[in-house]
Amino acid sequence: MRRTTSVSETPGSEKPGSERSIGERPGNPSAGVATATRGTVATGGVEATGTGAVTTGGAATPTAPTYQQPHQPLLTVEALQTHFELRQWGFLRVGSVRAVDGVSFTLDHGESATIVGESGCGKSSLARTLLGLHRPTAGRVTFAGTDLATLRGRALKAYRAAVGYVQQDPYGALPPFMKIRRILEEPLIVHGVGTRRAREERIAAALEEVGLEPAHETWQKFPHQLSGGQQQRVVIARALLLRPKLIIADEPVSMLDASVRAEILELLRTIQRQHRLALLYITHDLSTVRHYAHRAMVMYAGRIVEQGPVERLLDRPHHPYTRALLAALVDPDAANAHQQRPIPAGEPPSLLHPPSGCRFHPRCPAIMVGRCEHFDPEEAHPRPGHRVACWLHSR
Amino acid sequence: MSAPALLEIADLRLSYRTESGAVRAVDGVNLELQRNEALVVLGESGCGKSSLAKTLLRLLPRNAVAPEGVVRLDGEDILGYSEERFRREVRWVRIALVMQAAMNALNPVIRVGEQVAEPLRIHRGWSRRRALERAAEAFSEVGIATDFLSRYPHELSGGMRQRAVIAMALVTEPDIVLLDEPTSALDVLTQAAIMNVLKRIKAERGMSFILITHDVATSSELADRVALMYAGQIVEEAAAERFFTAPAHPYSQMLMAAVPKLHQQQPPRPIPGRPPSLLDPPAGCRFAARCPQRIDRCSEAPPSTTLAPRHRSRCWLHAGGKR
Amino acid sequence: MSPWRDGLRRLRRYPSALLGALIIVALLATAVYAVVTIPYSEAQRLWRGGDLWQELPVNAGPVWADRLFGGDAPRTLRIPTAAAPIAEEAYEGVRITEQRLTFDFTYSEFPSEINLFLGSSGSDRQPFVRATWITPQGEQIPLDARRIGANERISISQNQTLEGRLGAPPQIGLFSATSAGAGTDQQALEVQQGTYQLLLETVHFAETSELHGELIVYGQVHGWAGTDHQRRDLSVALLWGTPIALAFGLIAAVGTTVTTLIIAAAGVWFRGWVDAVIQRLTEINIILPLLPILVMIGTLYSTSIWLMLGVVVVLGIFSAGIKMYRAMLLPIREAPYITAAQAYGASDLRIILRYMVPRILPVLIPTFVTLIPTYVFLEASLAVLGLGDPILPTWGKILYDAQDQSALYHGFYYWVLSPAALLMLTGLGFALLGFALDRVFNPRLRSL
Ligand SMILES: Nc1ncnc2c1ncn2[C@@H]1O[C@H](COP(=O)(O)OP(=O)(O)O)[C@@H](O)[C@H]1O
Ligand SMILES: Nc1ncnc2c1ncn2[C@@H]1O[C@H](COP(=O)(O)OP(=O)(O)O)[C@@H](O)[C@H]1O
Ligand code: SF4
Ligand SMILES: [Mg+2]
Ligand SMILES: [Mg+2]
Repeated sequence: MRRTTSVSETPGSEKPGSERSIGERPGNPSAGVATATRGTVATGGVEATGTGAVTTGGAATPTAPTYQQPHQPLLTVEALQTHFELRQWGFLRVGSVRAVDGVSFTLDHGESATIVGESGCGKSSLARTLLGLHRPTAGRVTFAGTDLATLRGRALKAYRAAVGYVQQDPYGALPPFMKIRRILEEPLIVHGVGTRRAREERIAAALEEVGLEPAHETWQKFPHQLSGGQQQRVVIARALLLRPKLIIADEPVSMLDASVRAEILELLRTIQRQHRLALLYITHDLSTVRHYAHRAMVMYAGRIVEQGPVERLLDRPHHPYTRALLAALVDPDAANAHQQRPIPAGEPPSLLHPPSGCRFHPRCPAIMVGRCEHFDPEEAHPRPGHRVACWLHSR
Repeated sequence: MSAPALLEIADLRLSYRTESGAVRAVDGVNLELQRNEALVVLGESGCGKSSLAKTLLRLLPRNAVAPEGVVRLDGEDILGYSEERFRREVRWVRIALVMQAAMNALNPVIRVGEQVAEPLRIHRGWSRRRALERAAEAFSEVGIATDFLSRYPHELSGGMRQRAVIAMALVTEPDIVLLDEPTSALDVLTQAAIMNVLKRIKAERGMSFILITHDVATSSELADRVALMYAGQIVEEAAAERFFTAPAHPYSQMLMAAVPKLHQQQPPRPIPGRPPSLLDPPAGCRFAARCPQRIDRCSEAPPSTTLAPRHRSRCWLHAGGKR
Repeated sequence: MSPWRDGLRRLRRYPSALLGALIIVALLATAVYAVVTIPYSEAQRLWRGGDLWQELPVNAGPVWADRLFGGDAPRTLRIPTAAAPIAEEAYEGVRITEQRLTFDFTYSEFPSEINLFLGSSGSDRQPFVRATWITPQGEQIPLDARRIGANERISISQNQTLEGRLGAPPQIGLFSATSAGAGTDQQALEVQQGTYQLLLETVHFAETSELHGELIVYGQVHGWAGTDHQRRDLSVALLWGTPIALAFGLIAAVGTTVTTLIIAAAGVWFRGWVDAVIQRLTEINIILPLLPILVMIGTLYSTSIWLMLGVVVVLGIFSAGIKMYRAMLLPIREAPYITAAQAYGASDLRIILRYMVPRILPVLIPTFVTLIPTYVFLEASLAVLGLGDPILPTWGKILYDAQDQSALYHGFYYWVLSPAALLMLTGLGFALLGFALDRVFNPRLRSL
């Protein structure tokens, strides 16, 4: 079933020229139904549309979205693959890096989810694919009922406004030769927002929102005059300026001081709640996940191996890889200095030639020889909303 | 005081000349390190940790003013050594340094093995052959297969490169290895693996370590003792057990509460405000502006108070300050 | 503080930069002065030469250079007839007038040439003039006698018979103390200082006929710049050479740097075939030698400076600079802030012009500044090769003429030295500034 052009461009034609057109709750019932149907098929499970219900439990969990069913998720990712062709001398194909290799998940309006994985497992590639910066090799990304692959011109631009991006290296993410004011004005100019005055007001509001008031003092500065935490706040302000529906934060605190991580994560959470944004928080550090997301997905070698509500995933991990990740983490304690940490043997696999069967099998302490190395694990559902791709759980 | 300290730092000061004035990066630091002890210097970035490390190794940039104070290694004031003597007798021979971001500073066109063997050839005058053999030993010690000796840096993963630079610090078998943020750029599994290596080496070889980090969780992986640094000064120095369970200084307490932890029911509480500028640090307690327990006397510089043997804090609350 | 202002502030600590800037400012001031005082068309007219310059000596050196070495070479003396009183007598049918052009000659060296310009007006019938030279001692030497038309030039120093009579070239013989017989050593002749007179006795054949003109005793020095073989005052060319050199250098440097940079950035940004095409074009162009191509175009087509400029810029675009900029831009392409710009929807053009190019501009400024004199020299070289602009006065053209006239062989050092000095000053100024800028803006060289 192919989506027709008229449907995909509906948001754009409804509000021509508006940077908000994409990502508004769709006013087109037929589009919603179509996506919902396909979503069910692709995610292939009972809870295909039930992520909202899953995230409501838990006292410490941030406010969960309260949308009524049936509804359409904001973002639907189906069997997404992003491979990078490796070429020698510019033309000879020597193989492809399977950075994202069959990722499916959904994200609701106002929901925050985290993707956790070692470096090199494809997290950033996934983020960039979702941002439309890489063309997926296969699979589909649907945003507010519109297939990303069909977006062109104005609709694509509207999509870019609807998705904010926060990167790992805050200093690198800001052009060093521009003042903060100019940096923040850029997206507004690109999207043709109002007069200079209107833009200034919007910039000031954004800076205040990320706690960098007084705005007119901050915006006089160059990025290198700010601390890492402040730089990241500017990056967040920039991501907010175009009033997005979704923010993708790729390791937003990995390069920051441990002492300011909480600050930035707290800021992201506040913003996410206040604006009812969906947030995709990518990190390699499970210890920065607990209070800052509804749902967690663990990624390994281009695939999502386990996903579920954050609390459950941290407290009752099912996948051997999730368990290994958790075992390698410590909370500050003097006893740590005297015990070796259990770490899965070996290095993460090469994505050029990923292992057959379960990708974790060469490092897995619980491997079931004869099965794990030959067959892709089937997804198991220990609980609604908790999915594990491991043979241990899907016998 | 128990046994004479292996390394003793007293009132060490270092500043940098800049166009806007002197940056007092290390401003009166007192520390001591015993044999086979691991001391962690913990602090936010910009508080002067790397400057402290570079001062100890005399690897200072050109705009640094000559350091003041005393640095005693086995009772001898090495700060007074001539450059030549320091190079021959101290640097890499007795104290080795893994610089911040050293793994990205490996020479891309020289094989890793050669680079790891280099300190032996420079500081010990060994032959290439002998040095390479020792480098191979150091490689297996840090958990890299020896066939990586003949690889180039870009052929190694981040974790491997970091191990290689650690091997480079270990080859000369120094008494003290100084590690400046050795794991900050790596992901958690690699961090844990490298900390495992360091723990093993410390247990097996009886080396002393000074680990510099901003990450409280990482610091606990090696620390016998913790020195918390803030704006160029050590604000608390304590045994690890004490520091991680009952820190004394308000900044220590707040820092512990501010870092996200895995098992934690309450969300972390960020510390409001920013550290002061080292160009013109406040006259009183440097943490005063952010401190919720501030009292009047905090506008004067607090002395370093001994709370218990080898536990010191620089805070008026402990120095008998009254409201 | 902005990196630019910060850079400028740091620049002030380099005395060499200050000196360079001073030189450049002086050159700029000269250029402005030249353009303001001598309009473009006037400069062309002056440089075309001809009778315009007839009152100037040939190949005269600058006054200051002569005086600097203690010389006392004569300046040019002009004695107009209008200033001399006329004594008139009437005869039947004719009028006879007598005029004495009187002047003091106080120099210890001989003049270089003597010309008498005379013209008659008021009647068809040309008056007859007899000219007699009267030395301070009162010795009378007849010079010439002839009818004078509307405009006559009586070249006294070229008068062969007079030279024969005096035993020395007239400009020497007429001013020497002892009259030189044939065979006297001309080097030994001494200047006779004092008041000289040129007596003009005129027979007018009509009542209305009038005589006017002037005697010019050409000096050996002229002005601050001297003159060339066509009597043109070199100051015109030296002055006007400045704006031309600066404009050529600046336009060529800006044209090549900016376009090269943008093209390099486009190649890096688009990659694929765009990059490949740019790379191949560059490689081909690098092999093509610039100077021979210019010589070819100059010889076969036109030597207009603007055409040359165009060719230099076009050939300069796909130059080795592209490779350098490419190497600098490649890592910038991967900078997170570029990805961020893409993610918020910035267009390709915007990314190239606003995010990539400005990032390396500070690094380029020094290169750019040092590039300017390169093009100034190129223009001069072309002119020296005889491919200078045909109508514009430039430094290179002066050098070309000097070389053509074997100036150094004849000892006319000023002719070569002054344009060369200006060229070198230009090079020095920009180089000094450029190197200092490099220290300031180029992070690789910068040390704390
Ligand atoms: N543009 C690209 N071209 C080729 N390979 C890439 C590209 N981007 C990422 N990769 C490769 O894809 C893999 C996943 O990288 P990345 O998505 O950055 O992982 P992560 O963000 O989890 O660290 C890595 O092996 C990386 O080398
Ligand atoms: N070469 C230098 N010149 C001037 N200031 C410097 C120099 N190196 C470091 N600093 C300043 O000194 C302070 C301490 O820096 P550093 O020792 O690197 O801290 P840390 O390692 O704790 O992050 C910082 O404020 C930093 O800006
Ligand atoms: S499928 Fe097998 S190899 Fe993979 S994680 Fe589960 S038990 Fe381990
Ligand atoms: Mg990444
Ligand atoms: Mg540091």
